Amino acid sequence: MSILTSSDRVVGAASVGRTKRLRPSYWPFVVPALIVVIGVIVFPWVFTLWMSAMEWRIGEEQRFVGLQNYARLFTDVRFLEAMLHTLVYTALSVLAPLVLGTAAALAFNTKLPARGLLRGIFVMPMMATPVAIALVWTMMFHPQLGVLNYLLSLVGIGPLQWVYHPSTVILSLVLVETWQWTPLVMLIVLGGLAALPTEPYESAQIDGATAWQRFRYLTLPMIKPFLMVAVIIRSIDALKSFDILYTITQGGPGTASETINLYLYSVAFTYYDIGYGSAIAVVFFVLIIMLSLILLYLRQRSAWNTGDGQ
Amino acid sequence: MSNGMSLSRRRLLASGAAAGALGFSGALGLPGLPAFAQTNGVNWRKYAGTKIEVNLIKSPRGDTLTKHQKEFEELTGITVVSEQTPEQQQRQKAVIELTSGRPSFDVVHISYHVQKRQFEKGKWLADLTPFIKDPALTDAGFLDDFSEAGVTFARNPDGGIGALPFSVDYWIVYWNKDLFAKKNLSFPKTFDEMVAAAAALTDPSSQTYGFVARGMKNANTPVWTSLLLGYDQYSVDANRNLLTDTPEAVEAAKLYQTLMTKSAPPGVTGFNWAECQSAFLQGRVGMWFDGVGFAPPLEDPEKSRVVGKVGYGLMPKGPKAHAAATTGDGIGVTAASKNKEAAYLYCQWATGKLMGARLLQAGAGVPFRTSVLADAEVRKGVKMPAAWVDAVVESAKISRLTLPVIIPVTEFRDVLGGALTNMISGSDPAAELKRATADFKPILERSEKT
Repeated sequence: MSILTSSDRVVGAASVGRTKRLRPSYWPFVVPALIVVIGVIVFPWVFTLWMSAMEWRIGEEQRFVGLQNYARLFTDVRFLEAMLHTLVYTALSVLAPLVLGTAAALAFNTKLPARGLLRGIFVMPMMATPVAIALVWTMMFHPQLGVLNYLLSLVGIGPLQWVYHPSTVILSLVLVETWQWTPLVMLIVLGGLAALPTEPYESAQIDGATAWQRFRYLTLPMIKPFLMVAVIIRSIDALKSFDILYTITQGGPGTASETINLYLYSVAFTYYDIGYGSAIAVVFFVLIIMLSLILLYLRQRSAWNTGDGQ
Repeated sequence: MSNGMSLSRRRLLASGAAAGALGFSGALGLPGLPAFAQTNGVNWRKYAGTKIEVNLIKSPRGDTLTKHQKEFEELTGITVVSEQTPEQQQRQKAVIELTSGRPSFDVVHISYHVQKRQFEKGKWLADLTPFIKDPALTDAGFLDDFSEAGVTFARNPDGGIGALPFSVDYWIVYWNKDLFAKKNLSFPKTFDEMVAAAAALTDPSSQTYGFVARGMKNANTPVWTSLLLGYDQYSVDANRNLLTDTPEAVEAAKLYQTLMTKSAPPGVTGFNWAECQSAFLQGRVGMWFDGVGFAPPLEDPEKSRVVGKVGYGLMPKGPKAHAAATTGDGIGVTAASKNKEAAYLYCQWATGKLMGARLLQAGAGVPFRTSVLADAEVRKGVKMPAAWVDAVVESAKISRLTLPVIIPVTEFRDVLGGALTNMISGSDPAAELKRATADFKPILERSEKT
């Protein structure tokens, strides 16, 4: 039970009155953003959902088929293979840059001679245009004319077929992805390392901890939030990777490196099967959302425990 | 000064029949080019003041048209706005715009071997027959000069004419004369001889291989369908029934498998025409089977190590037939165009003898017009060796369409191409073709359903 004085009531009434008067005037400020969000995010998704429930081929009549396109996904071997390729490619394209990027960050965190210059050179691949990179790597991968096999021959290793063989194509593509995106992970982790407190290390050194123990029990747990940020960024990036894959292999040989993105592109824009392509897009979207939620949950859990519940 | 010249030439062209009498070979100072012959009685300036939009495939052929566009504008008084887009993207753009019913262009460049049936079914192109029959727009006999393949491509099932035949691509065998001479071999005349020669030329220790052709999924399908023609069979019959798992189809696939596994460079499963061309340019491949249009870099000293050493061979004879696989481009007027006559004049100019000669001489393409190929004066100006022109002329005599005239050509190429790629990795041809045929059959049936 509360007792309001007359002055409280007057202030309260004035406040309510002001709110009532002001509230409608805020709306015009929201409208432009609302229109943009509805126009470029909500509407395309609702429309994609609607298209996914249609048999819709360009140049032919459209008809409602309900969930038929989704049912078709379960029996489409090419789609299931593309799912597998996507997951393998994503996992490797996250893991390899993560390990190498962390190692590079640890190296660049020490006082190397010409550290700034070396760091600048190291991040250069990240700045290059993916399609240009892909074209250069395509030439390097060539089994007869490529420089990679030439370099291998200098150390007595026989020629590899790189992206020209189904069994090595995904690993070769991961190599390109790793080369380009390891610097990003390095930069993120390096930022984390710079923010670490020095006291725990001093204490560990006094206690006689080895370099490995200091890394394993101090550095690694403390840079975990930064690693999770790198994992989230890399995962989403690798999942939606298209340019490098399309330029180098177009999903080949055969369909050995066809990811969902490439398959979706073929279905929608070369077979003109818009309905089925939309169903694939919806499933892909759900997959990305799920992965993002899992990663965000893990990121939350990996946050530093400050002891005050924050 | 230049203005004066330009004006004078415009006036000259505006005088109607002058263009025909004068001939552009003299007017433009280009040696060996034929006169602009189809102008007698045609009123080229009837649609002066009209503006048309032209959608071209980015290619040496598209470049040639764009380069000489001013000539057409001066001849007709029609303003041309043209754009060139890379092949894959141009196909997508054209289909999407045509489906909308309001394309932004009046003239469209199409790949017959991929889009013919799709365009026919969509009724996206205007029937050019009334324009061809109109003496004010077309000279009599305009169509007579096109090769049989060109007319087959251009004619619709209902007898109308869609796109006019622009450029043809015959598949030939490029062969390295040096490598053949070293092994004392002569160019094969049959499929069996081709397999034997390819095996004899192959020496992995020196990274020399007897044969190369496309192994990449989708790109490789025309290789197999071309071999299939040697068994006197198409991949789809006249009623659009698949013939892709017949004994002949399996034999052709076995031949493809043999050549690609026993005599081709490692990694050939990932080879499109560009990788094949690179390998051949290095002088490490005995034979390369592909379209005749890929020849110019082979004779370019800056790009090639085999300049002057390349033989241009007719496709060897198969067990049942001798056939040169054929693909091609056309230029048509959209059904939705509001300037059909003006657009038709552009198509007529683009597919005329003069433009055909230009394509041939520059190595930018091969015209469907037989008279251009047979013209001794034109041949004098061709940059490529005489053997190349001979291969073109002889191929025209045994020309057959290599890809089926169906709507889902890309899916056909993807599904069958995947099977062919698997064969290079060791799969059984009969089993692969059976599976691929079963996979593609419902796609084909669905495409013709509505």
